[in-house]
Amino acid sequence: MSRLRFVTVGGIHAALTGAVLVLALSGLARAEEGPRRVIAAGGSAAEIVFALGQGDRLIARDTTSSFPEAVLALPDIGYVRRLSPENLIAMAPDLILAEHDAGPPETIDLLIRAEVPLVSLPEAKTPADVLAKITRAAEALGVPQAGADLAARTQDDLDAAARAAAAMPARPRVLFVLSLQGGRILAAGTDTSAGAMIALAGGVNAVEGLSGYKPLTDEAVIAAAPDVILAMDRGGELAVEAADLLAHPALALTPAGQRSQVVRMDGLYLLGFGPRTGAAALELNAALRQALAAERG
Amino acid sequence: MVALDAVRLSGDRDAQARNAMLALSVALLLTAGLSLSHGASEVSLGSLLHVLVSGQAMADQDRLILWEIRLPRMLTGVLVGASLAVAGAVMQGLFRNPLADPGLVGVGAGAGLGAVLAIVLGGLAPVWITQAMGYHLVPLAAFFGGWVSTLLLYRVATRSGRTSVATMLLAGIALGALAGAATGVLVYIADDRQLRDLTFWGLGSLGGASWPKVLAAGPVMALALLAAPFLARGLNGLALGEAAAHHIGLPVQRVKAVAILTVAAATGAAVAVSGGIGFIGIVVPHLLRLATGPDHRFLLVNAGLAGATLLLLADLIARSIITPAELPIGIVTATLGAPVFLWILLRRRGLVDL
Repeated sequence: MSRLRFVTVGGIHAALTGAVLVLALSGLARAEEGPRRVIAAGGSAAEIVFALGQGDRLIARDTTSSFPEAVLALPDIGYVRRLSPENLIAMAPDLILAEHDAGPPETIDLLIRAEVPLVSLPEAKTPADVLAKITRAAEALGVPQAGADLAARTQDDLDAAARAAAAMPARPRVLFVLSLQGGRILAAGTDTSAGAMIALAGGVNAVEGLSGYKPLTDEAVIAAAPDVILAMDRGGELAVEAADLLAHPALALTPAGQRSQVVRMDGLYLLGFGPRTGAAALELNAALRQALAAERG
Repeated sequence: MVALDAVRLSGDRDAQARNAMLALSVALLLTAGLSLSHGASEVSLGSLLHVLVSGQAMADQDRLILWEIRLPRMLTGVLVGASLAVAGAVMQGLFRNPLADPGLVGVGAGAGLGAVLAIVLGGLAPVWITQAMGYHLVPLAAFFGGWVSTLLLYRVATRSGRTSVATMLLAGIALGALAGAATGVLVYIADDRQLRDLTFWGLGSLGGASWPKVLAAGPVMALALLAAPFLARGLNGLALGEAAAHHIGLPVQRVKAVAILTVAAATGAAVAVSGGIGFIGIVVPHLLRLATGPDHRFLLVNAGLAGATLLLLADLIARSIITPAELPIGIVTATLGAPVFLWILLRRRGLVDL
């Protein structure tokens, strides 16, 4: 029956479908072998497990895991740097996928000595690191093929974002506002994930000479002269409203404020440096292009 | 007649304090047993006994949980709780002030500054230091910070062989403000992750307890706890005022010096292994004074027993209330203890005195 259909549709299609089927089947077979009780310690760890299609293997997550929504239904093991060894051992996991900064070190030591399988994911600061992280997680879960697929998809997204960034007619200055608590602007300087994301999207961080997230004086905001203001649109109390940004006296005096160029994106999507990094960079790039067009037109 | 009554009254109170001591010892033993046998995993003292009786080998993982996780944690809880409560009692006696707590001799501020320095600037330290210390850098920095600030304060307050307790108190406030400012600078340059570490350190936890920490900080706390009861007579005398204590033949200066060093040792080591756990040092001694009177001969021992019991109970709650996560213990001690303390104060208003 299926053979018949293959013949009618054509050789190439048949070969492709067959390959996909074989891959899917081998993936399934491996899934049976791989760890079944996985704990994700770190937001990007949980995100990668779900992106690999292995979300049903998770039995718990840490406080920093918030994407996708399904992960929130899992038991919370607490803050990723303050894990409790006995509670983790008692859950009898057959894999703990830990981000590089999971801790404290005493807990990690004890988990290793209790022979709980623990895999540390490398720290991700660049697109290449994101791919390494995905590969490592996929190997630990026993789904290297799904990992290769996800890495390839992520690589495609990142490449597309890099091409889009390289083709920008000009590089807009972008000010990332983390919070606007009491009218005080907390902005991203160098060595921040927001700064890295702005660069990936083809913009220039408007704040120079400050590292980390630092409060800016009104004069420094005006001197930064951003063309675009970037903020998070979700993230609890940290969400910054566009109207609040534009009403800020110093921001209102900047090119971005005068032309109402505010871009708001989801925090974890924008700054998480997980599998969605390429897509986020591409989306930000499109928003920056729009802002440039508005400026010229 | 009056004199006889006074003797009998004092005898009643002594008996009361002795009974309290017995009750508190039993309570501490029970809580320690509970702390060892209660946890997220199935292992309990019962299973340990079963293993001992039946002669079977214990599962590696169970042994690890009992021996490497729960036992050091219980010992840390006992030592830290006792140290904080005893240090509080000594400070209140020394300063003759119900508000005094170990923070006043600069231990808290100094230890806090040391910990913040290690958390924020630890990455900048020469590699050989970080390698040699591993993750003990923060506790060690806290311990040295506490000691350095205490010795500094002691020097400032001591002139021609006499230590002025009032100068020490005021200088302690000044040093605290200075350490606070330095901590503020470090908080400013800290990144998000370090800020979160700082917050958690300030709330305290017994979660990081391990044998190396118990063996390093335990003897310091144990020595301080053993030394404290010898201060009882001196502190009882100081309650009359320094001049009076001197006239009844007490070595006032020596009592003060030993008291301050004891407090610095006990609190420095306690803060170093468990972070900032508030409330125990100020509330436990007061509760005991209300219950059994201000005589330091009983107060110091009882405070140690009660502080250890309370901290173990708080830790039991902290580690089981939101499993699989763990609550910082400082939150538990404050939310449970503060309302109880207020309630007692309101009921027995006017009776709080040294």
